Amino acid sequence: MRAGRRQRLLLIGLVLAGVGLSAGLALRAFQENLLFFFSPTQVVAGEAPTGRAFRLGGMVVEDSVQREPGSLTMSFVLTDYAYSMPVSYTGVLPDLFGEGQGVVARGQLMADGSFIANEVLAKHDENYMSPEVADALAAAGMVRSE
Amino acid sequence: MIPELGQLALAISLSLAFIQAIIPIAGAAYERADWMALARPTAIGQFVFVALSFCVLANAFLSNDFSVLYVAYNSNSALPAVYKFAAIWGGHEGSLLLWIMILAFWTLLVAILSRSLPEQLVARVLGVLGIVSCGLLLFTLLTSNPFERLLPAAFDGNDLNPLLQDPAMALHPPVLYLGYVGFAVPFAFAVAALLTRRLDKDWARWTRPWALASWMFLTVGITLGSWWAFYELGWGGWWFWDPVENASFMPWLAGTALIHSLAVTERRGLFKSWTILLAILAFSLSLLGTFLVRSGILVSVHSFASDPARGLFILLLLGVISGGSLVLYALRAGRMETEGGFKLVSREAFLLLNNILLVVAIMAVLFGTLYPLFLDAMGLGKISVGPPYFNTVFLIPGLPLGLFVGAGMHATWKSMRGETLIRKLAVAAGFAVVIGAVIPWVAFGSASSLTMVGVMVGLWVVVSALFDPVRRLVSSSSSSMPFSLAQWGMTLAHLGVGVFILGATITSSYTIETDRSARPGDRWELFGYEFVFRNVRNFDGVNYRATEGEFEIRRNGSLVTVMTPQKRTYLVQQNPMTEAAIDSGWTRHLFIALGDPLGDGAWSLRIQYKPLIRFVWLGPLIMAFGGLLAASDPRYRSRQVTSRVKSRPVRVVGETV
Repeated sequence: MRAGRRQRLLLIGLVLAGVGLSAGLALRAFQENLLFFFSPTQVVAGEAPTGRAFRLGGMVVEDSVQREPGSLTMSFVLTDYAYSMPVSYTGVLPDLFGEGQGVVARGQLMADGSFIANEVLAKHDENYMSPEVADALAAAGMVRSE
Repeated sequence: MIPELGQLALAISLSLAFIQAIIPIAGAAYERADWMALARPTAIGQFVFVALSFCVLANAFLSNDFSVLYVAYNSNSALPAVYKFAAIWGGHEGSLLLWIMILAFWTLLVAILSRSLPEQLVARVLGVLGIVSCGLLLFTLLTSNPFERLLPAAFDGNDLNPLLQDPAMALHPPVLYLGYVGFAVPFAFAVAALLTRRLDKDWARWTRPWALASWMFLTVGITLGSWWAFYELGWGGWWFWDPVENASFMPWLAGTALIHSLAVTERRGLFKSWTILLAILAFSLSLLGTFLVRSGILVSVHSFASDPARGLFILLLLGVISGGSLVLYALRAGRMETEGGFKLVSREAFLLLNNILLVVAIMAVLFGTLYPLFLDAMGLGKISVGPPYFNTVFLIPGLPLGLFVGAGMHATWKSMRGETLIRKLAVAAGFAVVIGAVIPWVAFGSASSLTMVGVMVGLWVVVSALFDPVRRLVSSSSSSMPFSLAQWGMTLAHLGVGVFILGATITSSYTIETDRSARPGDRWELFGYEFVFRNVRNFDGVNYRATEGEFEIRRNGSLVTVMTPQKRTYLVQQNPMTEAAIDSGWTRHLFIALGDPLGDGAWSLRIQYKPLIRFVWLGPLIMAFGGLLAASDPRYRSRQVTSRVKSRPVRVVGETV
């Protein structure tokens, strides 16, 4: 009986240690992979970090998409209608990317104030706007009206 | 007039569900046989009326009845007939109706297949299913009526979202729902056991096939979703840890833990209250998934614009169903009796480890999925948690899980000498370690330590699963007992786990992905293949206009295949859509997606080389087949009858303690 109990205690101890260890590792992974979302207004206000990736959302300004013919690199201006930011990206764009559309870009802020995106996400269908972009626009709208 | 009939049928089902939810449970409590006898007819009636309502909606879609708002939103007269049918669940209201229909279907199956079970238990199980059905039917009728009229009728419909116009749309949602709605049945059995205060091996044997069947459907449903995302949405990825994917994955993990815990309860009468808790957890996570997807707090392909009242209603439903069952659990579960113990090295111990690791995985995924929503709801900022978090936290319990799966299969119940187990598996382990270290180097020329570990664990599970069947074949001694269907099921399901681990490891480690710009006439070398961009042409499809690129893939001068990725514009919604070209193979998939014209005749292209990705879907399909075999083991049918003949006295648990 005593041996059985010792075994059970050992088992419980091992399990607790394992759970604790994995919780610690999980929290570390969580810290490292957290991505914050900012609007151009927040970036201009200096709230966004440099040297760490974050997500930037807003509307693509009409006639702002520029690309060298034949090159994968392109740039556009993202706005929340209060402030705007230049964004550059190299790669294939999502299907529903377009001027006047809401997009979310993941990437890093450069020292010169431009944003280099590693990934650009657009909406999934014509009725949808990312809630983050919608909120950012609403917030910027309020800032302007004050 | 006809659409109103559909609504009427739903209202009738609601009243039947209401009777089914109250009277049989009361009858079981007061031992009134006539009240309990109402359970089956109401369940059958409910299915008939829900099915009728479903047919009415199907008819509205197929006959282009654009005076129905939901049809006008999600269909179009030019839509091919298959997609008109699939469009039934292409939006919020219809997918809820599908949910209800599938719940009614499972309830019907329980009503029909449970003839040999004690009447009190059946009355309670069907009663609990009636409660769930009431909630969902009320939700549909009050907030999401699919039969709402649009007056005057639209001239033509708004069309189904082009992303959903795919053959997989006809399969993925129904199969997925069969899985996670199916967990309502083990949930109902669990609550019934708490109400009956009786939870024994018989109960576990009755519950197990239902849990296995739902788990099997959920496995297939998730696999289909992953495959669909790969070729349609994902630009070549197969799992994104998108909250909506997690919403179906968490019930799967809980269901996996449940079927393992049920095995212990059935064979050894242990883990009883834990099994009950897992059954509650699995279904609660299914409801949580429904809430996440249907409430509008998440936005993805799966969720449709919807109003906050809906989210609140589902949250309330989740609170009542999960909260209620947890309160009942707290009151009753402590009194479950345990029928014996087990040693540190035994199958029970391995299954316990399996359960702990799976629950750790659920918690990690749940945290990463809900925490950003929680922060946002509190107004504390908008964050998102990237796939690297999920990959890391899933590997932490996942790798040990793989290790223990291989050993646990060969452990005996109750107790076993550790040396016996080690001696039996030493060769398999050695083989897995050596070959696992060598293969990545030979095939790909480089390997990180994590890759080697992944391949080792995958091989270990595969070899360990095949160990007994192969030894049987080789020795061909008739002395050993033949494998039962359940054993074959377990063996195959675990083989599937190994195959999946191999596929996931290799494809994650050695995928090559590149974006490039190219003009027709260009040729280039990539991953040992020569790509020739032949031309681009335009043509008209059924309800879209397409631009198609043509690529020749050559290897050592000889033609391997011709790939034709398309860019489509659907005529109604005018949305562009990428249709990637994929050349499938056992060792690798090649993937080309046509991007945008870049000017000067150049096009942007995304090209990928994905080794062994087929295993990522093959593994789960093998798992699901194993689940099917296990669920069809004869003992779930034959012994149900014998246990009735034996007519054991009903054990009243806990009264004496």
